[in-house]
Amino acid sequence: MKLKSLTSALAVLALSAGAVAAAEDSELIINGDIEIVTRTKAPAHMENIDEIRSGWTFRSEETQALQMDDFDNPGMIFVDQARETWDQVDGSEGKSCASCHGTPEEGMAGVRAVYPKWNEAAGELRTLEMQINDCRENRMGAEKWGWNAGPMVNMTALISVQSRGMPVNVAIDGPVQEIWEKGKEIYYTRFGQLDLSCANCHEQNYDNLIRADHLSQGQINGFPAYRLKNAKLNSIHNRFKGCVRDTRAETFKEGSPEFIALELYVASRGNGLSVEGPSVRN
Amino acid sequence: MKRAILSAACLFAGASLVSAAEVAPLDVKFDDYGAVEQSLTGVAGDPANGRKVMGTKSLGNCVSCHAISEMAEDVPFHGEVGPVLDGVADRWNEAELRGIVANSKKTFEGTVMPAYYQTTGYNRPGDAYTGKAAKSDPMPPLLSAQQIEDVVAYLMTLKEE
Ligand code: HEC
Ligand code: HEC
Repeated sequence: MKLKSLTSALAVLALSAGAVAAAEDSELIINGDIEIVTRTKAPAHMENIDEIRSGWTFRSEETQALQMDDFDNPGMIFVDQARETWDQVDGSEGKSCASCHGTPEEGMAGVRAVYPKWNEAAGELRTLEMQINDCRENRMGAEKWGWNAGPMVNMTALISVQSRGMPVNVAIDGPVQEIWEKGKEIYYTRFGQLDLSCANCHEQNYDNLIRADHLSQGQINGFPAYRLKNAKLNSIHNRFKGCVRDTRAETFKEGSPEFIALELYVASRGNGLSVEGPSVRN
Repeated sequence: MKRAILSAACLFAGASLVSAAEVAPLDVKFDDYGAVEQSLTGVAGDPANGRKVMGTKSLGNCVSCHAISEMAEDVPFHGEVGPVLDGVADRWNEAELRGIVANSKKTFEGTVMPAYYQTTGYNRPGDAYTGKAAKSDPMPPLLSAQQIEDVVAYLMTLKEE
């Protein structure tokens, strides 16, 4: 209900704003049913941006359309693969994900929206990948999956689908505050021989073309993202790595403390946008 | 002819061996406004090559951020991050343009435009676009001294008045 009134209020706003490119005005309603907030007021902790926008609003009409119906979204094939994995027993304990969590719908609703999340017992901030691997190792007695391995990325997509349409809402205070600050520092640090920070491209220059690319705000509410460019689902850290590499820098690794902190910070910049994954991007 | 021999020599010798007349990246003298009076090579720039450097992805790739109307026909996809460069020679003289290309931060504090003739002082410098650490510090500049002179010569042709 709250979501609905918000979206329609935004739609009215967009209309009254007048002549904006058609593709940017359109609304994202998946399967004619799940309303996605793709533009909303920036969270209070953001200093230089008033309105946050999903990467979807920056894509061409053709790419946008692919995300409007699950039959057209190539990322959904991988969600189906993960559905099978979900029920498969693996490891020394004779368990599957389903043994502890029931169906994905029962067990995973709302989960994507609040990750990365502090784990009190372990005393650490966990991304979804870390939590999945903790379950595999410690509850199933199964081997860890690699950060970018197919089953891992696909599983994050299956989990994301259970939160589609819910607002991203990661906590940034309490035990994670220090990590959040570190992530913020990384976001504003210039790296590489091109000497560019995340903010240089995604805060100062979103909506501008850089060569053929229409720069977005670099939000991660749509991850994992199916990229037309490599025809598979891509993890958040893999995207970070690509962007850092493109500054002619030595990148950080997937799962590194730097990228975990950066993920928390970037996720928090999207607080209020809907969970969208798996999204379709170019 | 002389020019061709020189650049061939540069190619083979690599960035570490600098020809006698060449100003090394660390020795470039910027004035208080960021301009560089002295040519980096003493050899006149070749505007045709400068044009190529600016439009080629693996070289200057300046068009990723700047549009240039004159290039629109043969070089696709000009960016919008920096100002359109049409008429840029009416706004800046040669020394100023050399300074902007060599290290634009001396002219525009905090700009997003990369420095093309700088070899050290970076965070986590990488080995080109491999994502791996740079092989040396100082590292080779993004453009050679002569490529910068060529780019400046091309920019000097962008006049509207
Ligand atoms: C040189 C410019 C540049 C820099 C610096 C840069 N990016 Fe990007 N980034 C891009 C481009 C181009 C794309 C593809 C178009 C788009 O979605 O913006 C992109 C895409 C992304 C996306 C995907 C967004 C989506 O909706 O699919 C994320 C997330 C992202 N960047 C995060 C970051 C972070 C975090 C940093 C810093 C570590 C960073 N970027 C630094 C250019 C850059
Ligand atoms: C990542 C973006 C980027 C790249 C790449 C880039 N520039 Fe720039 N450039 C800018 C920005 C932004 C400005 C405006 C200065 C400012 O206020 O930051 C600028 C300013 C300039 C100016 C002054 C323009 C004027 O109208 O006053 C010139 C000349 C220039 N650039 C030339 C070049 C050349 C030549 C290259 C490549 C060898 C290049 N630029 C590459 C972003 C870029």
